[in-house]
Amino acid sequence: MTRTARVAFEGAVHHASPHPDGVRLADGRVLVESQVVWLPPFEVGTIVALGINYADHAKELAKELTTSAQDEPLAFLKAQNTLIGHRGTTRRPRDATFMHYECELAVVIGRPAKRVKRADAMACVAGYTVANDYAIRDYLENWYRPNLRVKSRDGCTAIGPWLVDADDVPNPHALALRTFVNGRLTQSGNTRDLINDVPALIEYLSSFMTLAPGDVILTGTPEGVVNVNPGDEVVCEIEGIGRLVNTIVLDDL
Amino acid sequence: MQAPLRRGTVYGTLLNHADALAALGAAVHESPYKGPPKVPVLYIKPRNTWVDDGDAIVVPADVDALEIGATLGLVIGRAACRVSERDALDFVAGYVIVNDVSVPHASYYRPSLRFKARDTFCPIGPFVARDVVADPDALAVVVAVDGRVVHRASTGGLIRPAARLLAEVSAFITLAPGDVLSVGVAAGAPRACAGQRVRIEIDALGALENPLVPEKGTVA
Repeated sequence: MTRTARVAFEGAVHHASPHPDGVRLADGRVLVESQVVWLPPFEVGTIVALGINYADHAKELAKELTTSAQDEPLAFLKAQNTLIGHRGTTRRPRDATFMHYECELAVVIGRPAKRVKRADAMACVAGYTVANDYAIRDYLENWYRPNLRVKSRDGCTAIGPWLVDADDVPNPHALALRTFVNGRLTQSGNTRDLINDVPALIEYLSSFMTLAPGDVILTGTPEGVVNVNPGDEVVCEIEGIGRLVNTIVLDDL
Repeated sequence: MQAPLRRGTVYGTLLNHADALAALGAAVHESPYKGPPKVPVLYIKPRNTWVDDGDAIVVPADVDALEIGATLGLVIGRAACRVSERDALDFVAGYVIVNDVSVPHASYYRPSLRFKARDTFCPIGPFVARDVVADPDALAVVVAVDGRVVHRASTGGLIRPAARLLAEVSAFITLAPGDVLSVGVAAGAPRACAGQRVRIEIDALGALENPLVPEKGTVA
């Protein structure tokens, strides 16, 4: 299995790989997970995220949707300020009443993709990781919804811990996906229920924008999103890909 | 302040010109919008959209004309988080002309990557240092197509003028050196077709000129 991470340790950024005792730096040093600062596992380019890409989540949100039939994927962009690594903390605004996680399979592009057909799309994938695409629903507005204040806030996109090589994921459309809040299972789904699957998303996006190595597609979340509060530990887990830990803290500035 | 070493995120601001919002009329208060934006509504022009002065803008095969969104971009020079309106322009290194190109679209309810994030849809002009611009809220913006002026606007009619916009955005996004925040497109943005040349002039910033070409495999 090829899994790589980027971690900071004693003043440098290192490439790292899994080790039975934690994490092994490229230079051979072995450290426990908590000794390093986990960064996003690759240099992230453009971040494309999908809304309402699981049928059950669409139903869950149905009461707030003003349009129902989806004639094309609901894709939006997020910026670099939102990124945060494994074991990071995400700040919950003081005035928020409904902030929820979204456990998502993240697809990392490995080669330039322009007008790629479905049959060729999977060859453009470098690998996969786990993302937790937090949303603060209090801030929803009906302009370019979901607007950036909901989705592109500082530190609200946890990603990692590992970039898993695409060759090690023969079928990305049969992966169990779970979220635990303080150890309690709150979200459970499977990537087989994606409305637009990975090749469909690459075909769609690359039909009008050239995807580049390092670009990442956050494929959306299934049902089971609940409010999280300061102090909560949120663990997003995708079978064979990784277990991404994040802790909510109060934004008291 | 020097020009930033590299470009970060390029943000556009939706409907920040009073006349652009007014042009939507009563629809602003009706479904699905149910009221004007409460805080700045932004969108991102990703790196595949960026081109320089002189580079071609590619017109998709199934589109007759593109909307030319002439606007002023604030280039961030220092990390700006929760800054006050009074201090906001201290975080600006300089300015650029931005051509925020779109496929014309009537609805602003959903984000529209297919209309706004296509390859070549964000020509960005040369960097001009902050000191060169006395007042970013009083600049004439002129668009010419094939040498003929087709649109005149000003940065004077903003709902959130430059400093206020930057301050309000920095309340939820830390703007990093190299990020570009464009202030918004005025009402009545002109359109241009493949085979034409578009030139945007902004007072004190100079000009940004780009030809429109048909997508490969299609005929203008």
